[in-house]
Amino acid sequence: MKELSLNILDILENSIHAKANNVWLFIEEYTDKKDLFSFTVKDDGKGMDETFLASVFDPFTTTSTTKSVGLGLPLLKGEAEMSGGGAKIQSEVGKGTIVSFWFQHSHWDRPPLGDIAGTVLMMFLIHSSVSFTFKHQVNENSFLVSTTQLLDIFEGVPLSNPKVISGIQSYISSSIQDLYGGKHG
Amino acid sequence: MAKINSLEELRKIRSDAKEAMTARSGNAKVRVFASMGTVGIAGGAREALKALINELEKRNFHDVEIIEGGSMGLDREEPIIRVLRDGFETTYGKVTPDMARQIVAQHIINGQMISEWVIARNEK
Ligand SMILES: Nc1ncnc2c1ncn2[C@@H]1O[C@H](COP(=O)(O)OP(=O)(O)O)[C@@H](O)[C@H]1O
Repeated sequence: MKELSLNILDILENSIHAKANNVWLFIEEYTDKKDLFSFTVKDDGKGMDETFLASVFDPFTTTSTTKSVGLGLPLLKGEAEMSGGGAKIQSEVGKGTIVSFWFQHSHWDRPPLGDIAGTVLMMFLIHSSVSFTFKHQVNENSFLVSTTQLLDIFEGVPLSNPKVISGIQSYISSSIQDLYGGKHG
Repeated sequence: MAKINSLEELRKIRSDAKEAMTARSGNAKVRVFASMGTVGIAGGAREALKALINELEKRNFHDVEIIEGGSMGLDREEPIIRVLRDGFETTYGKVTPDMARQIVAQHIINGQMISEWVIARNEK
């Protein structure tokens, strides 16, 4: 996959399939001497038992379609390890799952984050019945947006309304741009 | 659309959207079903859906609902978008951003399906 934001979307979809009511995405980027890029997806979905959990990073567990399109957890773990990072999954049946990946921020082999605003937007657009919280930290700047916050603002109007979702898109994009010290055009 | 930099600015959209919504009676005229499976994501489902909503906004068409569609079990055709309009459910396969924009202009807004891209059609 060329963009981590697509891997992240795929991991978020795993949480949706696991029937989560609450899903969190945290991204942290430090370009100082910590030199770290990490993301964590946390959900309160059905979870996985120990035996299954032990096999999720096994390339032979993942479905063949997943492998052929270059997504899936084992492949991403390989990429993280090649980029001076790693991966970890914790899960408990009936409680939920925490999936974390980390990379050396400046590493050549780290794929770019890509269109993370687009990924977050998909959660609000087609999964607005799931409570989703996104927090993105870049050095000392951070941005947080959640379904609860947006439903509160737009009470009674569905988030998928074209005017509303386009507004949300603009808001998320400009807020993320700000994290990197970007100026509004 | 103008850039939105704060929650305050976002809040201002609400009354507009609310007005557009109450102007119509009952259910939306068009329902669009979309899903984000692994194969769809890798094939550009996110980009197609972004193009679709931006075209709807650009053309100021709001008599539409966008709904999570669930997987169709047709991996080879992903990204898939289904349009329910005038009693028919029309399924489009391998939807690119460009196709999504044309589906908005011709089918969603004007009711003219684009036959060459249709992979299934059912009366609903
Ligand atoms: N958040 C989660 N909660 C419960 N089960 C999960 C979660 N994430 C992944 N899994 C399980 O691990 C499997 C492998 O995931 P993945 O490597 O992303 O491939 P895929 O989702 O395409 O099968 C999934 O099919 C699912 O059974």
